[in-house]
Amino acid sequence: MDFRTCVNIQKEWDIVGARQFGRDFSKKLGFGIVDQARIATAISELARNIYLYAGSGKICFDEVENVGSRGICIVAIDTGPGIKDISQVMEDGFSTSGGLGAGLPGVKRLMDEFDITSKTGEGTEIRVVKWVR
Amino acid sequence: MAKNLKEILVDNSNGLVHMWLEEVAEKQKEVTNSAISQDLFENTNREFVNIIFGSVEKESLTSDLDSFTERVINLGWPLSYLTDGLQLFKRVAIEFLIEHEELDVPVPKVLRHVDELVNPIINQLVNEYSGSWENTVSLQRVALQELSAPLIPVMDNITVMPLIGTIDTERAKFIMENLLDGVIKHHAEVVLIDITGVPVVDTMVAHHIIQAAEAVRLIGSTCILVGIRPEIAQTIVNLGIDLSKFPTKSSLRKGFTTALEMTNQMIVQTNSEEQTIEELIDSLDRSKQS
Repeated sequence: MDFRTCVNIQKEWDIVGARQFGRDFSKKLGFGIVDQARIATAISELARNIYLYAGSGKICFDEVENVGSRGICIVAIDTGPGIKDISQVMEDGFSTSGGLGAGLPGVKRLMDEFDITSKTGEGTEIRVVKWVR
Repeated sequence: MAKNLKEILVDNSNGLVHMWLEEVAEKQKEVTNSAISQDLFENTNREFVNIIFGSVEKESLTSDLDSFTERVINLGWPLSYLTDGLQLFKRVAIEFLIEHEELDVPVPKVLRHVDELVNPIINQLVNEYSGSWENTVSLQRVALQELSAPLIPVMDNITVMPLIGTIDTERAKFIMENLLDGVIKHHAEVVLIDITGVPVVDTMVAHHIIQAAEAVRLIGSTCILVGIRPEIAQTIVNLGIDLSKFPTKSSLRKGFTTALEMTNQMIVQTNSEEQTIEELIDSLDRSKQS
């Protein structure tokens, strides 16, 4: 799949870059201010997960279209250690780093569509979509 | 022989300067910067080419070069202006030398010699430029750190910490330290943390705020989180973050009122009170008259 733009995540400050780009992109697509904040927060979570657990990866953005509606598709790709038990990380309050453990389940609630594929030792890919209402 | 090449260049400097200026002007047309006046541009170009020739002639880097670079940096011109200029100079010089009639030097030698003349200048410029950038970045870093966690004791027992901008791990640590130090130092009973200027509150930021509030509670004070914008409130709810352990308010004003109540203080408007008394007397007078 070819993406329009990708932001590499290597340093902590790259999270800010990805978030800023996502916010501008969603503004251009016509999202309201609340959805912009939701998207920015989701990107922040995804990018932080890459930075914390995989070390490096990228966040890709694309515009998606479905009958009559437009949306933003964000894919977070890394080649980190992967997630052993996906159902466990999707539980509220589970964290291996002493955080709140609300990251991934939170992202799922912030966005409309949520897909996660992960293989231990190979990496993780998370694809989320938000539609313009 | 090497000397000859240089001498040819220096002897024909007028022609070369002319060719160079034309090339640069041509190049600049592609990337015209309207913010820079034509005069300034031409003057800078002329100065630049003179400095290049000065350096080539002496085969050493002059202090003129340093001061010139510094000025260009201060003007905020891009590095590409300087590197492009020097690349063009190289091209002009090579073309000129190859076309020069009295010359019987093989072309590779010409290329190499011009490289030897110009490359030190390019290196020097790039070093100077990147050094200046690194310096700026580190200064800004310090400036940012100074801004990162200010603590304002507004009244007896009430302190405000306004947070503006992105919170990363380093800053979160700094905020925590400053907050606790400040609470002890100012004997604050209530600390207001204002997040109006924080663009995104994700789980990490929330986590740090919760930790800070909990730490403030441990040393016997209360933390009120203020400046929660509607969209931030919604994302916090979506994320499922529990902020119920300490009071939260939408604005600093409301938080401050709560803080006053908590510390048994009140702000009294002296002026308006006088007015109301006057109004009362007035109305009494009027009622008497009628």
